[in-house]
Amino acid sequence: MGNIVNNGVNVDALLAAREALKNAPAAGEFTWRASCKWLNGTHARSTVQGFRGLGEEQSHKSEFSFDTDHPTIFASEDNGATPVEVVLVGLASCLTAGVAAVAQNRGIQLRSVEARLEGKMNIAGILGIDGDVRNGYDSIKVTFHVDADASKKEIEALVAQSQKRSAVFDIITNPTDVTVEVV
Amino acid sequence: MSRVLSERSIEHVVLERGEVANSWRRERWDSLRLLTPNWLSRLPGYAYAGSDPDGFMNLPEVVNFIASFAAEISAPVRTHAAVTSVRSIEGGYQVATEQGEIHCRCLVIASGANNTPRVPDLHRGVPQSVHCLTTFSYRNPDTLPAGGVLIVGAAATGLQLADEIHRSGRPVTLCVGEHVRLPRSYRGRDILWWMEKSGVWNQRYDQIEDLERARRLPSPQLVGTPEHATLGLNPLSRAGVEIVGKLAAVRDGRALFSGGLANQLALADLKMERLLDTFDAWARESHIDSEVGPVERFEPTQVAPSTRLSLDLRSGAIRTIVWATGYRPDYRWLNVPVFTHKGELRHDGGVVSEAPGMYVLGLPVLRRRKSTFINGAEADARDLAKHLAGYLAGASAGV
Repeated sequence: MGNIVNNGVNVDALLAAREALKNAPAAGEFTWRASCKWLNGTHARSTVQGFRGLGEEQSHKSEFSFDTDHPTIFASEDNGATPVEVVLVGLASCLTAGVAAVAQNRGIQLRSVEARLEGKMNIAGILGIDGDVRNGYDSIKVTFHVDADASKKEIEALVAQSQKRSAVFDIITNPTDVTVEVV
Repeated sequence: MSRVLSERSIEHVVLERGEVANSWRRERWDSLRLLTPNWLSRLPGYAYAGSDPDGFMNLPEVVNFIASFAAEISAPVRTHAAVTSVRSIEGGYQVATEQGEIHCRCLVIASGANNTPRVPDLHRGVPQSVHCLTTFSYRNPDTLPAGGVLIVGAAATGLQLADEIHRSGRPVTLCVGEHVRLPRSYRGRDILWWMEKSGVWNQRYDQIEDLERARRLPSPQLVGTPEHATLGLNPLSRAGVEIVGKLAAVRDGRALFSGGLANQLALADLKMERLLDTFDAWARESHIDSEVGPVERFEPTQVAPSTRLSLDLRSGAIRTIVWATGYRPDYRWLNVPVFTHKGELRHDGGVVSEAPGMYVLGLPVLRRRKSTFINGAEADARDLAKHLAGYLAGASAGV
């Protein structure tokens, strides 16, 4: 018997959910929500709490709140991360959680996982200086440092599989229909 | 199946919509060759007898191989008898064909997995000015307009067409999503020699951990050529084919490609290495290291420093799109409720449990990894014929 691996991920519960959802596809339809209130200048506060899934309304244990703003070099007050940094946060946390889940499923004990992200952007796009420059990131680079009871190849496979199953990786790499309306 | 039913003296008829080997005659492109080397192209009691056991049959040779087999076993084939409907009746099935109606106690669906091209819905956004083909309508590069070609799909078909269309002088862009990378030869032997001898190919469906995934895998990036060439993304991109990510959307006349290409390439490299590790371990355990070449590892698939994320389909740079996005079976004639909500036939290793006496053959990983290869037909047919004979015996005994 090998050591029991514990990365704090309940893989059995996830696998059970996967089986259950195969027979009840409608329960797999989730709606995630966020709200945002303008405070002042470029400072805004977004909150999340309720979402819908498994056929009914669900709720986080408490409301989570995220302040966003811009740094002082943009003549802002810097009350929070910029929204584009929050996008990096979403990607980083999704991939990192994925590494833990995949490692648990593959029986790999993790000791530490750290991801560093860099998104390259030319702000000539958002400032309207050059129409050929896109608004968003040109590229995003994620660098993982993983310390685990596994070979380098196994760790690379963990990280690759985590991308394959990552919602945020998919959202960022593939187009999504976005509709914005005013009511 | 006909051959193994005959061995059991089970009376049967084989319905063929056209002529024997019809899809090989009419629904494939000109340069296609089998992915299986000749020595491995075996049917029950029948094998390649020519002078080139390591070669790969071309289309006329495949047609001849199958037609000769049908003649040798005196298969009771009714040609030009397309099935238009199958219904359940008391004790069996009512089969309507272009040549009249048949009642049978058992039905084996052997029409395969490749009846119609599977083209993603996003094709509707492609501007009218772009000429669209599927792998059913494509024949050879000469029939394409001059100018750029976008090939969607990087399984065996997509890569083979990318190669020959690029050689015809047309600029080729290839969209690469999930794919299976394999070298043609490994340690001096054909890759399918390894698949066969190591037992990987014979792995049964009920021993595969994620069967649904295994059944959805694209065909490996192989080609059968006289030179035993390895088809791959590295040689194609070195030759000048532009590799882009999976075609994710067509919006306002622009094709948008996934930015997840590097991960798809890394996943395919990792999976290939894992398979080669399996082969190496098997060779070591079987003490045949000295009979094969030294262990090889292949260069990682190169990723361009930045890949294209969009392409304006109205600019004229792309004149043709070839959808090499796979195939699906066509069951419109099967009026028996045996389908999932996605229209897939529900079966357990080829036994359609919800319709007693109904069987299916030739679907991906039906009973073994090799189920869709010519060489995989015999074992599956034998298993199912045994089940079918038991069912008939039980039905006769009134069980």
